Amino acid sequence: MVELVWLIPALPLLGFFLLLLIGHRVGEPRSGWIATIAAGASFLATFVVFMGLLGRDGHSGDRSYEFILFDWLPAGSLKVEAGFLVDPLSITMALFVTGVGTLIHLYSIGYMHGDPKYSKFFLYLNLFLFSMLMLVFGNNLVVTFLGWEGVGACSYFLISFWHQRESAATAGKKAFVTNRVGDWGFMIATFAIWSALGTVTYTEISNSPAMSAATGTAVSLLLFVAAAGKSAQLPLYVWLPDAMEGPTPVSAMVHAATMVTSGVYLLVRMNSVLTDDALLVIAVVGAATALFAALCAVAQHDIKKVLAYSTVSQLGYMFLAIGSGAYVAAIFHVITHAFFKALLFLGSGSVIHGMHDEQDMRKMGALRAVMPITAGTFIVGWLAIAGVPPFAGFWSKDEILLAAWEQKNIGPLLWFVGLVTALLTAYYMSRQVILVFFGQQKWEEDVHPHESPWTMTTPLCVLAGAAVVGGAINLPLVKDWLVLEHFLEPIFHHPHHFSSGTSTKIALAVISVVAGLIGISIAILSWLTRRIPTERLEPEFLENAMYVDATYARVVGGAGTSSFQKTADFDAAIVDGSVNGFGRVIMKFGQLIQPTQSGYMRNYAIGVAVGALVIVAVLAWGLLL
Amino acid sequence: MVDTVVFIVAAAICLTGALGVILARNPVHSALMLVMTLFGIAVQFVAQEAHFLAAVQVIVYAGAIVVLFLFVIMLLGVDRAQNLELSVLPVQKWAALVFAGGSFAVLALLVIVVKEPVTGAEAMGGSATGDENVRLLARSLFSDYVYAFELTSLLLVIAVIGAVVLARKPKNVSDVVTEEGSEA
Amino acid sequence: MEITTGWYLVLGALLFVIGGTGLLIRRNPLVMLMCVELMLNGVNLSFVAFARQLDDIGGQTVVFFVLVVAAAEVVVGLGLVVAILRRQPGTTADDLSALKG
Repeated sequence: MVELVWLIPALPLLGFFLLLLIGHRVGEPRSGWIATIAAGASFLATFVVFMGLLGRDGHSGDRSYEFILFDWLPAGSLKVEAGFLVDPLSITMALFVTGVGTLIHLYSIGYMHGDPKYSKFFLYLNLFLFSMLMLVFGNNLVVTFLGWEGVGACSYFLISFWHQRESAATAGKKAFVTNRVGDWGFMIATFAIWSALGTVTYTEISNSPAMSAATGTAVSLLLFVAAAGKSAQLPLYVWLPDAMEGPTPVSAMVHAATMVTSGVYLLVRMNSVLTDDALLVIAVVGAATALFAALCAVAQHDIKKVLAYSTVSQLGYMFLAIGSGAYVAAIFHVITHAFFKALLFLGSGSVIHGMHDEQDMRKMGALRAVMPITAGTFIVGWLAIAGVPPFAGFWSKDEILLAAWEQKNIGPLLWFVGLVTALLTAYYMSRQVILVFFGQQKWEEDVHPHESPWTMTTPLCVLAGAAVVGGAINLPLVKDWLVLEHFLEPIFHHPHHFSSGTSTKIALAVISVVAGLIGISIAILSWLTRRIPTERLEPEFLENAMYVDATYARVVGGAGTSSFQKTADFDAAIVDGSVNGFGRVIMKFGQLIQPTQSGYMRNYAIGVAVGALVIVAVLAWGLLL
Repeated sequence: MVDTVVFIVAAAICLTGALGVILARNPVHSALMLVMTLFGIAVQFVAQEAHFLAAVQVIVYAGAIVVLFLFVIMLLGVDRAQNLELSVLPVQKWAALVFAGGSFAVLALLVIVVKEPVTGAEAMGGSATGDENVRLLARSLFSDYVYAFELTSLLLVIAVIGAVVLARKPKNVSDVVTEEGSEA
Repeated sequence: MEITTGWYLVLGALLFVIGGTGLLIRRNPLVMLMCVELMLNGVNLSFVAFARQLDDIGGQTVVFFVLVVAAAEVVVGLGLVVAILRRQPGTTADDLSALKG
């Protein structure tokens, strides 16, 4: 049954083509249902393949299955196939990508109601799902890159979906350009791996001998550049907050649950190549990003921007985990984050929908009476992200903090940064919940906020359920409960084992829970009960995200733009000039010859006659001699 | 002896006629000079024992084609003296002389210098002297070259149709006088 | 003096050249057609001369075909000339320069 793996990306692709041809004609909501059914079928296929994979012999060697479609790029000794690799890592990613993806497709049916480009939205969503699945299932770096570029392109399409809005169009361009910097890293890394190891196929890479330390570190860092672009780490995170210009389902799907985790996936997949030095850099950048983004989230007013920075911050956690060598913890957090972040985004979308496209939290408040289901599920998501046990987020975040503590160079420092970030996370999420659902009503009566339709609330409930029980896949302390870790074991060259004793683990867990509760309390005290004055809690510095964007704009806009201008001038003057000049020379030549076309028949006859004479003379010359 | 005289006389007739064709001012004179040339050629054919061809030459060429020329000349009324002033295109005069001199030089040289004009390739058509000329020609025409024969008959039919179509009077006389100074 | 094939060939060449020159220097379309006939006759003479020298009846057959084709060509050519000159009497070959580049 694992041979059916090709169905998994094929079904959304089929949905894409179907919508391309007839989407406009079937209109809403049928095009939405077509897309959702395609996504749902893909999820079923994934599940079937998952069962098939489990059914194979339990030995770790057999837990991977390669399905080759055809030889894509046979060039000399380079062998690149169009192939799928079904192994625990890819099937895990595919399960939640298709699962959460299907829920978001369902949600979009209700959310995008009334939009003139309804069917086009679902077309892009299906294409995105296809690209993401190609990324995840590719058996070599090139197929993954195909999916990588595909999700980047779809992200661009979807962010600038309402392209008549200038800010949306700009945001799309920004995302694409920033991603491109990451793509550069990906490509150079691929070339380097090819030249060092002679292969780009994953199974062969993990079985190859290690590269030299310098090459390995360089390759690892290049891969991290790629991951930083796609997964919004410092300094390439700037596109993610702006990406909120896209419709909320896009923010949920692309920028919370799936595309942004592809960077994490890439590093986990290439774990055999990553060197210790590079891992340290990754851990530091991840921790710094987590803290930075959490600080920015503290002062945001837009309901989606808070969640955007929160995503950047949580992604930082994942890279912190990778940098500490705990790949399973990173994947675990990817899964739980997908659940609760998608839930939070969809919930915010529900709020926006109910408030008739109002996104400023200062104009909301006391919505829990009007939108009970949204409020309830949002609160579940909040508890999950804040790290309150027994919700899913607690287990995964805690595992990461434990891994950070054990990091051999600067473990405790990284752990402390992670802890502070956890506190801030709890704080700003609580702030958001209070501002939106509790407190005083700050909206006018004529806004009439209302609960959303079943197509939107059902996914919310499903995701809430997942956020509650999701932690069960990798509970610590008892070996048999570490299901995910066992499942993923064959992927890793050097499986990570936690070295701390049980008491240390429990102590660290308690400290992180306490930090979370402190954060929640501060939020309650300042925003709900007004004990702490709030003016100083939203400094302008943080509200403008530490002016990073403005700095980029100054650098790129100033020196960058003038150098671009010079390049454009060079192109116009010299390149175009030479091409046009060539054309002009030809025309001149034509004008020189023009008098021979006099139109007089006798002139032409002369030409024929004299020409024939010359030919005969030449031939005769041979004979005469 | 007789052959020589016949040749010289016939050659003189041909050349006079040819020069007359190109130098006569009046097209009717040109046509009549052409007839003279054609007769000279016919005599040459007889001298080379191509009797049938000589007859056909007189009947078809001189008897039909030149008559056709005269018809058209009379019909269109171009028998008025044409300006023989050699072309408004100055280069044409010299080019024509070059062509004339050059061609003749090449051809004559070829004839005189090449001793063995025979390539040794096998004759296609069979002997020319074995039987009576007409019989031999007929045999060659209707067996070896029968396809070409049929095609030429087709060609004649097409030519006739073409001529009828081309020479038809236009439907409206006003069509004729549409543009000034530009031709059809 | 023996009249060899060469004499006939030279005569044929002369006729050809005279015809060609006439074609290049005359402007009246009808006269130009007549010059073409001259050229064809020169060639015919050469063919017959070779037929006799090589003892091949094929040469005469070719002349036969040349005659037929010349006739057809004259018919069509005269048709064209009639069509053109009927509209514009006095047209010369030089006036037909509409295909000027």
